[in-house]
Amino acid sequence: MKDDITREDRVDALGGMGCKRKRVEDARFTQGKGNYVDDIKLPGMLFGDFVRSPYAHARITSINKEAALAIDGVVAVLTAEDLAPLGLHWMPTLAGDKQMVLADGKVLFQGQEVAFIVAKDRYVAADAVEMLDVQYEELPVITDPYEALQSDVVLREDLDTNVPGAHGPRKHHNHIFTWEVGDEPATNQVMDDAEVVAEESMYYHRTHPCPLETCGSVASMDKINGKLTLWGTFQAPHVVRTVASMLSGIEEHNIRVVSPDIGGGFGNKVGVYPGYICSIVASIVTGKPVKWVEDRMENLMSTAFARDYWMKGKISATKDGKITGLHCHVTADHGAFDACADPTKFPAGFMNICTGSYDIPVAYLGVDGVYTNKAPGGVSYRCSFRVTEAVYFIERMIEVLAIKLNMDSAELRRINFIRKDQFPYKAALGWEYDSGDYHTAWDKALKAVDYDGLRAEQAQRVEDFKAGKTRKLMGVGLSFFTEIVGAGPVKNCDILGMGMFDSCEIRIHPTGSAIARLGTISQGQGHATTFAQILATEIGLPADSITIEEGDTDTAPYGLGTYGSRSTPVAGAATALAGRKIRAKAQMIAAYLLEVHDSDVEFDVDRFTVKGAPEKFKTMKEIAYAAYNQAIPGLEPGLEAVSYYDPPNMTYPFGAYVCVMDVDVDTGVTDIRRFYALDDCGTRINPMIIDGQIHGGLTEALAVALGQEIAYDKQGNVKTGTLMDFFLPTAWEVPNYETDFTVTPSPHHPIGAKGVGESPHVGGVPCFSNAVNDAFRAFGLTHTNMPHDHWRIWKTANALGLHD
Amino acid sequence: MIPAAFEYYRPTDMDGVLAILAEHGDDARVLAGGHSLIPMMKLRMAEVPHLIDLQDVGGLKGITVEGGTIRLGAMTTQTEIIGSDTLTAAAPILREASLQIADPQVRYMGTIGGNVANGDPGNDMPGLMQCLDATFHLIGPDGTRYVAARDFYEAAYMTDREDDEVLTAVSFDQPVGGYAYEKQKRKIGDYATAAAAVQIVKEGGKCTSASIAMTNLSDTPIYSQEAGAALVGTVVDDAAMDAAVAAMLGDIDPTEDNRGPIEFKRHVASLILRRAIARAWSRA
Ligand SMILES: Cc1cc2nc3c(=O)[nH]c(=O)nc-3n(C[C@H](O)[C@H](O)[C@H](O)COP(=O)(O)OP(=O)(O)OC[C@H]3O[C@@H](n4cnc5c(N)ncnc54)[C@H](O)[C@@H]3O)c2cc1C
Repeated sequence: MKDDITREDRVDALGGMGCKRKRVEDARFTQGKGNYVDDIKLPGMLFGDFVRSPYAHARITSINKEAALAIDGVVAVLTAEDLAPLGLHWMPTLAGDKQMVLADGKVLFQGQEVAFIVAKDRYVAADAVEMLDVQYEELPVITDPYEALQSDVVLREDLDTNVPGAHGPRKHHNHIFTWEVGDEPATNQVMDDAEVVAEESMYYHRTHPCPLETCGSVASMDKINGKLTLWGTFQAPHVVRTVASMLSGIEEHNIRVVSPDIGGGFGNKVGVYPGYICSIVASIVTGKPVKWVEDRMENLMSTAFARDYWMKGKISATKDGKITGLHCHVTADHGAFDACADPTKFPAGFMNICTGSYDIPVAYLGVDGVYTNKAPGGVSYRCSFRVTEAVYFIERMIEVLAIKLNMDSAELRRINFIRKDQFPYKAALGWEYDSGDYHTAWDKALKAVDYDGLRAEQAQRVEDFKAGKTRKLMGVGLSFFTEIVGAGPVKNCDILGMGMFDSCEIRIHPTGSAIARLGTISQGQGHATTFAQILATEIGLPADSITIEEGDTDTAPYGLGTYGSRSTPVAGAATALAGRKIRAKAQMIAAYLLEVHDSDVEFDVDRFTVKGAPEKFKTMKEIAYAAYNQAIPGLEPGLEAVSYYDPPNMTYPFGAYVCVMDVDVDTGVTDIRRFYALDDCGTRINPMIIDGQIHGGLTEALAVALGQEIAYDKQGNVKTGTLMDFFLPTAWEVPNYETDFTVTPSPHHPIGAKGVGESPHVGGVPCFSNAVNDAFRAFGLTHTNMPHDHWRIWKTANALGLHD
Repeated sequence: MIPAAFEYYRPTDMDGVLAILAEHGDDARVLAGGHSLIPMMKLRMAEVPHLIDLQDVGGLKGITVEGGTIRLGAMTTQTEIIGSDTLTAAAPILREASLQIADPQVRYMGTIGGNVANGDPGNDMPGLMQCLDATFHLIGPDGTRYVAARDFYEAAYMTDREDDEVLTAVSFDQPVGGYAYEKQKRKIGDYATAAAAVQIVKEGGKCTSASIAMTNLSDTPIYSQEAGAALVGTVVDDAAMDAAVAAMLGDIDPTEDNRGPIEFKRHVASLILRRAIARAWSRA
């Protein structure tokens, strides 16, 4: 019998890298057995709820707690005054600014936290929220960053304009920072000398990551042993512990932070919110566990928005379309506090990846951050830091240049791609791209969709439209993106001083199963499935016998968390390397058991065999047992390893997307006929999970491109505060995605993997947007802003005279 | 999004309902499917200290088609409307319209009575009922009275129904001819940017009668008598369509919101109506 088992069978039995292993998490998620923050119920637990500002800018003249406190079941009402003695009425932001935890004298955006009501349950708390008497004196509201830079109205009275901010001097009282990368004089010179220059201004509207589960926390201060436990929706639980310790003065070993199951993050759960702080303070004050969970409207209006970038671009080229330079200026609307979640040295994230997939010799990027009366945030919604903005910018600029050159934009991309032989490629704005083969991917994509056929069909459609035979135009949206993920090298990436390494700790049990703990935290990405696959291949034990655990700071090794597609590039690398440490020790054990020298055994799938005599072997299961019950000379018992991984570089996934869309010029209704997505994320760990990630990311891209926004009126009221107006697509709105791939491994990553969860969002947004823009190209359109919802498309068509 | 405290009642007959309404006046409200009222309560835009669930009240459900008259009990759900073969055979426009309301989850709960009594200009059934010239049956302390759908709506959330009255049914003559319910919305689960309900009768190649009503283009549904009249006597050619659309545009009064500016809504309303007329005519 045993002889029938082939090597292939043994590989299959592991369920390792490359196989479509089913997600082990789904058994509990699909049966409603997940354990989210709001599922946590502790004896005597109280509930906290915020009184929020109805105004976008106002002075608080008084707060009278009497009526709220009179309600039966209300335990406490906290205001800034109550937090001030603890120094907790303000908190530092990830961007080096500070943010009010509770309104200190004035409010700066609608929905801002003014008071925290603590009550015996959430019903009583909600009643008390209504009863708290807060008097406001309205102040002039600024929702436009350009206006903010001209206005006499001082939004942040707590700051002194003459004192530089975290990122250098401030030019105006509503100005936060200027960040410049590249060579501006050289870029300007290239523009002056260029044969062709195309210019465009574009607004990447404000939106929101909107995970299904909103943000929340449960804090429990045990006054007897001095230990604080904090459960919460944290994408970076270890950093939260460190910050909580620094803010509260509680020693770090006395704080345990737990991220339980998380119902989606997409960047929304990276930051630290007033709710977390207030639940901690309330638990310390009351001696009881305190839960805070925001509702959907609170989530949309107060916790971390994304985007809101006003971008001005110039791109120069030769007559034949060879790009010679790129100039980009961004006016970044950061809202009331600069709470962007970026590595410390990058106030505009990795926006300087905006030269894209192209060999652009000279470039310049300048970003000005500005305060307005909007919610703080600026998180990377399903992307590495500001990479969606960067890729949207360059992929739109390419289209704008193609129009100027009267050239096909697929061809324009092709002649400007960084060539395969140029990698590792040093880009004009500083990054070193690790690997890529753009031409192969592009050709494969264009062939798959019959690109020439599509253009012929489109030309026919234009004729038909002009002849009055149809009212629908056809758009072919192209995008080729290069992402920068896996932050990041500790030498240039940190968050609040914490280097952005990550970690894995493995413990093999005597019977040949294992537990591995990582510094990251899954929010739907399927870590428990894929990290076990990496380990299965590395250590030769079945993935089904490996438990993956994350999110509990008392047990997991320190790590910087999950966002920016960093889990596989960083923690995945740590996992592979920790696995290799296990294997190294296993090799010594195997050699001892087989009575040969260490160098005479070799690893083979799930065992060590004697070189040249494969019938002599010890399986990893046998080795694990021996590690615990044999006294092996010169070796400690046990089989454990830990690895902290500081990546030498980022990884640079890329992809080629094509969207075919029909656009009804009268109703503004769009119909996506086809969407093709080719992704190259290097080594593919689980093709099914990759497909799932791509479907999800494309759907969020569709949402953002076609309608999802956080819109404000002139008074600073949020106009899109519920899911009736904030667009979350359902199965009905989503097309059938065709996925494809090429494999260009990362040369510096232990298993060659690059990360994929965010690629489809990054590449998808410009692809959908380019399709809409492209539909109108034949009628003279150069650029129209997102979101491309019905009325805006109608307006575009109207301005082009298509309704006359 | 937590409602204020309220008393919950679940009477088993109409007398019980009316008694509670009489006792608490406008502090009491009936609850049908709850898919308009409960969101309003959670947003604390509606304060209902006394909530009377109609679920267990007998005689409020069911669809009958008898002697050319169609009657829908107030508690009939949108899903039941969609699933009724009898109704679909007698008045197919109801199924076509119901399928464009919200999403399946909402339609399992939402009722015809709640939809027409609510008075939200976004609701689809009021316009449809005006198109069909339906009659609303209202029971109150003084017995039952009947109100034409075309006379029922006064302003947003303001109707002819008194606080102490309950809507028990809607009824209308079995429609004849071609029909269409056309709706543009931003996504599944959304209210209309614009919607049109059309019934057309064709005899000898000409239109002999037409009824047209529009949804979410004013603070009430809009029955546009002139739009229908513009089609009568014509072969529903371009000129007749233009006249109908012009008449409709004279009757609606849309406002700007997240669905778009006024000109856009007027443009979409024209288009939606053209499409609805064309489809109804092709079925006539
Ligand atoms: C996400 C979502 C999307 C939706 N989209 C649409 C849409 O596209 N089109 C559409 O038409 N509707 C839509 N709706 C509304 C839905 O159809 C509602 O269910 C319906 O409007 C109200 O019916 P109900 O039975 O739920 O009434 P309820 O919510 O129970 O009641 C609504 C109001 O009517 C009163 N009422 C109810 N029944 C009676 C009665 N018999 N007599 C007197 N007064 C009564 C109530 O007191 C209340 O004031 C949507 C709802 C949701 C949640």
